Amino acid sequence: MSVLVDRESRVVIQGITGREGSFHTEQMRAFGTNVVAGVSPGKGGGAQNGVPVFDTVSDAVRATGANVAGVFVPPAFAADAIMEAAAAHVALTVCITEGIPVHDMVRTTELVQRHGVMLLGANCPGIVTPEQCKVGIIPNHINVAGPVGIVGRSGTLTYEVIQGLGQAGLGQTTSVGIGGDPVLGLGFTDVLRRFAEDGETRAVVMIGEIGGSDEENAATWIREAGFDKPVVAFISGRTAPPGKRMGHAGAIISGGTGTAQSKIDALSAAGAAIADTIEEVVRLTGERLGRRVVAGS
Amino acid sequence: MATPEEARREAQRILSMDIRGYPVRSVWCETGLDIEAELYLGITLDRDRRRLVVIFSAAGGMDIEQVAAETPERIAKLWPDPFAGPLSFEMRELAFNGLSHAPQLRARAGVLASGLASAGRALYGLAVSLDALTCEINPLVLTPSGALVAADGKLEIDENAEYRHRDVAAEIAADQSADGSSGEDPFEAEARRRGLTYVHLDGTVGCIGNGAGLTMNTLDLVKQQGGEPANFLDIGGGANAEKARNALEMVLLDPNVRGVFINIFGGITRGDEVARGIIAARDELHITKPLVVRMTGTKEEEGRALLQRAGIVPATSAMEAARTIVELTKDGAR
Repeated sequence: MSVLVDRESRVVIQGITGREGSFHTEQMRAFGTNVVAGVSPGKGGGAQNGVPVFDTVSDAVRATGANVAGVFVPPAFAADAIMEAAAAHVALTVCITEGIPVHDMVRTTELVQRHGVMLLGANCPGIVTPEQCKVGIIPNHINVAGPVGIVGRSGTLTYEVIQGLGQAGLGQTTSVGIGGDPVLGLGFTDVLRRFAEDGETRAVVMIGEIGGSDEENAATWIREAGFDKPVVAFISGRTAPPGKRMGHAGAIISGGTGTAQSKIDALSAAGAAIADTIEEVVRLTGERLGRRVVAGS
Repeated sequence: MATPEEARREAQRILSMDIRGYPVRSVWCETGLDIEAELYLGITLDRDRRRLVVIFSAAGGMDIEQVAAETPERIAKLWPDPFAGPLSFEMRELAFNGLSHAPQLRARAGVLASGLASAGRALYGLAVSLDALTCEINPLVLTPSGALVAADGKLEIDENAEYRHRDVAAEIAADQSADGSSGEDPFEAEARRRGLTYVHLDGTVGCIGNGAGLTMNTLDLVKQQGGEPANFLDIGGGANAEKARNALEMVLLDPNVRGVFINIFGGITRGDEVARGIIAARDELHITKPLVVRMTGTKEEEGRALLQRAGIVPATSAMEAARTIVELTKDGAR
């Protein structure tokens, strides 16, 4: 079992002929992802990385039955690409692009919602269900199948956790990167709901960071919904000064909200185990699953 | 001010002030206003609702975040449909809501509501056309004649949208170079010129990582081990020799930096390549301050061996690396 993507996912890559799109399409296919189509306006009829290329997402969907889109389009055009996938009724769009203007994302998330489809990102590393499907840029070799669900904002920290758990023999049902922008599609709570329904996910690791209140909202949901799977949470940015953007557009403490401490307090009050280091994430997750773990790195 | 002498005296007083660390370099002169009431009208991003929010309060002239924290009932909010913007009746509702806790303005509510409806729609249009993350008028002054006057304002433009507002960016830059008052930290300005994501802090341990979350965590680890981070520097994906060199050089411009902690999660990147880049940068830049490198990824053992031979401390665990760099940079360590 898994959440959001699995071996049934039929993936279309928007921006497949670009440098990033082409490189990561190769990586995704090597992983085993069923990439059924690519989209590049004006290059329809051709092929890239052995995948048929279409001019529009709706052509690609009609011809191949694609139901998941991966967006590798430059920031000025990415919002339009997401809306195109939503209008073509693609069930899930994963947008990797960093640097999309906030106002574009306000309109885009609204439109995605109106079409009743889902968006992951933008500015996210993507999603992996080990041995089945990867959409995005998470390194292939670190993913191992197992009982842990991972949901995180940051790319590299999510990779660290995947690798650390894997080295300790703890694999994942699905790893989901929600992204570091202020306006996102799926949030922590949306992903936790899916882990709640997934029978094979027996523990969840949340990787949060300063900015906004999505972690606090997830903590409220955990308490109110009675989410009963163990949660291990890791929050970065304890040393971040207020008013400074720490790399991610969304990682900023403003007007006293979005501090690491507020997130740690909320999650801790909701029963989550708080880890200070990646090693501790691994140890605490192992403990919650009734295993003794010696962290590898 | 009633006389030119008074204006001169006041201007001189203001020019000698220092506001939140920024020295005052120029004074803007305006005709005085008859003030009946000071209101607040602003637009900002509501991350949770994924929409812009229009905020109105009869408690203008103060810090709106403080008003929101202390007397939230005095704040009225509207989340317009992003494709339609605020409609006139929605703005009137917002105005009446915001005025419901201001009995002294009760008699003016009708006039105010229609004035606010057009002001709010115009302000929303401005926020959208300029990609503003914050766009506020505070105070919005109500004069005895019933006019609304924007007495002060604040605008924050989304950096991600800078490419479609080159004109505004150029204007701001021209203003700043005219009075030499960018107010920007000189190290952060230099980093921007170098195309690096850098935040200057006041500690002694230089920090470089790849990925925003990982870099934030690098700073947290240094602090946890009793050190003080000197900066945040995210070199992003695809760490190569040139990037490593640029980043190291940047971090070491800060004279407070006593040593640098480089934390790289390799992913697809090869550890031996990263190691060669760091060694080359150290040699070319003649760096003598301690460097501690923690890296994982393909060929990480080869990378660590290369570093070791070159006299750079390699580490497998980020925690251990943080402890080492804090040891090497503490008072009297060298």
